[in-house]
Amino acid sequence: MSVKLNVRQVGDVSVMDVAGRITLGEGSSAMRDSIRDLVSKNQKKILLNLGEVSYIDSSGIGELVSGFTTVTNSGGQLKLLGLNKRVKDLLQITKLYTVFDVHEDEAEAIRSFA
Amino acid sequence: MRDNDHRVTETVERSLDSTLESVDRAEEMAVGAAQRAGFDDDDLMKIGMAVREGMVNAVVHGNRYNDKKKVRFRVAHGAKQLAVTIADEGEGFDFEHLPDPLSPENLMATSGRGIFLIRSFMDEFRMRRLSPGGTEVTLVKHLVSK
Repeated sequence: MSVKLNVRQVGDVSVMDVAGRITLGEGSSAMRDSIRDLVSKNQKKILLNLGEVSYIDSSGIGELVSGFTTVTNSGGQLKLLGLNKRVKDLLQITKLYTVFDVHEDEAEAIRSFA
Repeated sequence: MRDNDHRVTETVERSLDSTLESVDRAEEMAVGAAQRAGFDDDDLMKIGMAVREGMVNAVVHGNRYNDKKKVRFRVAHGAKQLAVTIADEGEGFDFEHLPDPLSPENLMATSGRGIFLIRSFMDEFRMRRLSPGGTEVTLVKHLVSK
């Protein structure tokens, strides 16, 4: 399996559940398209739930950065939820961990958008 | 004793097409060899990711998906280490002056982290230009008791 995406609405926050591998090719382009689709629909609050992401490569990291920039430039906010240790380590060694607003609890993450 | 340290107990060598499927295949072969060599789960992840980044560089940036060009892949392990060699047939690149992905001006770049990650995850990393063309990278991970 490459990547599986599902978007659900919690109040005015769009929660994108991402599962599988975010790697060069289908995985990273699917996530990019979904984020851009939300932005085009004027969604300003996007929470990327990476709890079921087993693997992410440098291309996937690039797509997280790209998504963050796209959403921020449109006046919105993109936050991350449920990073496993590997993804967290990856963001830390690339010094991106502090760039993103990272949450462990969904309800708390949703509230943080207010 | 020294000879034993570097004795190769398994070698896998393949000529791979310049496709993303080859990236997956090389990652699988390297992780499989690393498992048989006795690396733990954490190191298996690091080796897999480093090989993936090296293969993506060869397929995408080196050979540019050219179906006439091959990627030469080799993984070998002994009692003390695992070594992976990846060679493309591309035009090469200026690896002496790679931008630092951690510098403030590059932090939000959407690419340029591959070699940085390889260096972070492996114990040794070497690059060299091939004649008449191409780039060869060698990635080494030491097997240490934890």
